[in-house]
Amino acid sequence: MSQFKIDLREKNDINVLDLKGYLDAHTAPELEKVLQNLMDVNKFNIIVNCKDLSYISSAGLGVFMAYIEDVRKHKGDIKLTNMSAKVYNVFDLLGFPLLYDITKDETEAIKNFSSLKS
Amino acid sequence: MKTLQLKIKSKTDKLYFVRDFVSDAARNFGFDEEAVSKIALAVDEACTNIIKHSYNYAPNKELDVRIITNEKVFEVVITHQGKLFDPSAIHAPNMQEYLSSYRRGGLGMHLMKLLMDKVDYKILPNQTCEVHLVKLITKKNEN
Repeated sequence: MSQFKIDLREKNDINVLDLKGYLDAHTAPELEKVLQNLMDVNKFNIIVNCKDLSYISSAGLGVFMAYIEDVRKHKGDIKLTNMSAKVYNVFDLLGFPLLYDITKDETEAIKNFSSLKS
Repeated sequence: MKTLQLKIKSKTDKLYFVRDFVSDAARNFGFDEEAVSKIALAVDEACTNIIKHSYNYAPNKELDVRIITNEKVFEVVITHQGKLFDPSAIHAPNMQEYLSSYRRGGLGMHLMKLLMDKVDYKILPNQTCEVHLVKLITKKNEN
């Protein structure tokens, strides 16, 4: 049984990660690997689409914390979109919306990237 | 009083089963979905901490997860024989400072305390460690 899946696509020079399933201490290394691969090829504009993300634990939150500083140093960002109330509550409980740009949908996240450039 | 029990190996791929086991029991006890999610996450964090810090990822050790329910009390007791742990050494992080300094990790226990009504650590005379996670059912979180 596959608990977690990541699909990667590119849109307007932004890399979009579609997450599906359960992000916990077991599956977090998979996300870490994908983000590390993007860093290695200097891709710093990232959207994480959480539409089909059913669950996140602190191990999953830790992966975003591991890369956000580097990404922003390179004038990029990790923007999170389409979160269910259940997943958003975990981010919110720990105050993560203070640090991360969490948008309602992908269009809004893309727009926020454009306003960064201008 | 009613007790349910699940034994798992100290591997992170077992977290999924623990969450399912605890979620089903919490749902049957009468918690709403929001409370069920909170309990499952707290138990996941406790098991992850044990696998990572007490067993240092050794995959052949055991965790014993017991659910004890009594009237309005839903208690999850996780027992292990790993490294002893001093919870008093862990202080709640200042989240503003944590986020602004881009720290990573160390949020598991903080989350458990935010999600549950009571979190307690016990060391038994035979050097077995227990993590107790308690959630009370109230009108607010009742289904």
